[in-house]
Amino acid sequence: MNGNKILKFIILDILRNKWVITYTVFLMCISAGLMFFSKDSTKAIVSVLNVVLILVPLVSILFCSIHIYNSKEFIQMLLSQPVKRSTIFFAEYTGLVISLSVSFLAGIILPLSFYGVSTILIYLALTGVFLSVIFSAFSVLISISTDEKVKGIGISLFLWLFFSVLYDGLVLIIYFAFNDYPLEKIMVIITTLNPVDLSRVLILLKLDISALMGYTGANFQKVAGSMTGIFLSFTVLIMWSITPLYFAYRKFMKKNF
Amino acid sequence: MKYLAAYIILFLTVSLQAADIHVGTGKEYTDIRKAVEFSKNGDHIFIEAGTYNIFGLLIDKSITITGTGFPVIDACNLGTGITISAPDVVIEGILVRNIPVSYMVDNAGIRVERTKKVTIRNNRLENSFFAIYLSNSDECTVTGNTIIGHSESESNSGNGIHLWKCNKIDIENNKVSGHRDGIYFEFASNSRIINNLSEKNLRYGLHFMFSEGNSYIRNIFRENGAGVAVMYTKRVEMIENTFENNWGPSAYGLLLKDISRSKIINNKFTKNTIGIYSEGSTEILIKNNSFSENGWAMKMLGNCTDDTIVNNDFYSNTFDVSTNSSVSRNYFDANYWDKYKGYDLNRDGVGDVSYRPVSLFSTLVEQTPEAILLVRSFLVDLIDLTEKIMPVFIPETLIDNHPGMKQINSNNDNRI
Repeated sequence: MNGNKILKFIILDILRNKWVITYTVFLMCISAGLMFFSKDSTKAIVSVLNVVLILVPLVSILFCSIHIYNSKEFIQMLLSQPVKRSTIFFAEYTGLVISLSVSFLAGIILPLSFYGVSTILIYLALTGVFLSVIFSAFSVLISISTDEKVKGIGISLFLWLFFSVLYDGLVLIIYFAFNDYPLEKIMVIITTLNPVDLSRVLILLKLDISALMGYTGANFQKVAGSMTGIFLSFTVLIMWSITPLYFAYRKFMKKNF
Repeated sequence: MKYLAAYIILFLTVSLQAADIHVGTGKEYTDIRKAVEFSKNGDHIFIEAGTYNIFGLLIDKSITITGTGFPVIDACNLGTGITISAPDVVIEGILVRNIPVSYMVDNAGIRVERTKKVTIRNNRLENSFFAIYLSNSDECTVTGNTIIGHSESESNSGNGIHLWKCNKIDIENNKVSGHRDGIYFEFASNSRIINNLSEKNLRYGLHFMFSEGNSYIRNIFRENGAGVAVMYTKRVEMIENTFENNWGPSAYGLLLKDISRSKIINNKFTKNTIGIYSEGSTEILIKNNSFSENGWAMKMLGNCTDDTIVNNDFYSNTFDVSTNSSVSRNYFDANYWDKYKGYDLNRDGVGDVSYRPVSLFSTLVEQTPEAILLVRSFLVDLIDLTEKIMPVFIPETLIDNHPGMKQINSNNDNRI
């Protein structure tokens, strides 16, 4: 048995999973429905943006955790075969990421692209895929580190809550606490260190351009809207994808199943 | 004797009659200055196409100057192009260019000085410091001129159409771009500004101060460095104008400062950083305007009182209304807000629940501008929602009791 075969098998297995299909259909309904009901395309994209920023991380993190826990026996079986550990790990991870990304692209981007392809849509696609990748990596790390299923899913959910809501709350508190200090640049960095916020800001730079052109926004626009800014943003997203994956990989290689 | 008297009468009438004078190569005159010196009141000077290097041309007689094929009056960066000091002068169809920047005198392409009933129409002015400059003059008309400047910085550039102490001026169908302020009024009253296009100026598309009783109708102001600013004035009418694409940290669609008893009706504000920024304005009627895709549709500071904001459309703006005060002394009613989430049970087109257009987040942003980075995040939606249910921080009196369910001024969208 070689690595490609395992990869192929795992991907097909996950793509056939009824939850992945449900997820795709659900996303499709949301995006097509929003596009259909709002005559203003910007407004529809804003609504879709909220869905992407909340739902994509949540589904990614939950689905991956559940999948890893459920296929524990399968992984153990594979490990008893003459296959390299790293092959199994990457096959599992790639399988998850590819199926989640495909569902996202088919569910959100495909319906929207019927209304015309724009830069915002490309950004939306990129950030959605990155969010899938990042949160899959996190959940793989969590589910490998924790043997208890409930605990693992609990931690995953907390992580999602942290990045989606709590982080912004903390940022807001810091804004107010240090209102008197010129912290603009530091605050921009802090805000964009969160992959969810960074994805949001990247799209807002295209969408809410008028509001962002006021006061601090203009400053930020100048930095983040430039090629260097976009390059840096994607570097941050790539770092967020690689780091948890690296730790998960190390854990997986040493783990005693 | 009889014949002689007849000859004298004939001679007198001929000499009093308006004569046509032609200027150009191979014509009576090759020099415009000579032609003007020779002319009498009522004469009509025709200038043939060509380039005339001339500056400081003084027109002190009531004559008409017509250019055929846009003759070029090139001031060669030496001084003012044409100065008009006589009444009833008409200047049309000429191109004036290369007026030098000066910190001592306001050099202008065409300058009207202490006179009245001057008409400046269908001319072109290029690369001027000031383009058309009216000073101490009444009842003049400026129509159909195209003014193109190449200003690079605010400190060494002049205005497109500049009025100083004027009364009853008509400014129609002009196009101004690339100057400091497109149209600038100071102490100009009872004037009408109709159908002009002012775009890509360094500072304001339209800027006026102390200019009472003017009406601004169907003008377009776009992509100006700081939008349109109107200050210290009473009784202004702004109707059916378009303010669009005025972007930047200090750009406004329309900046109102100490304006009172004025009307802003049927205008369209699109894609501005701030649609209307209002400071110290009182008794203003803002009606039937549409605000879309602005960062802030309206920013009204706490010192605005007795303003009436009715029947406007607010949609796709990041923030609809924001203010720095917890008390509002203005009257909002029967506007359409796309963020309105209420219902209309009796189907009369009026929402049954009142709407508070100021969101908590916009108040937060007012205090800490950096927080704008959190716009449209889940947390912000959440706190806005809780605040809408139980208002604590947002001004309780800033409320629309009859929000519309449908867009009111859809006809505005079809314009332009």
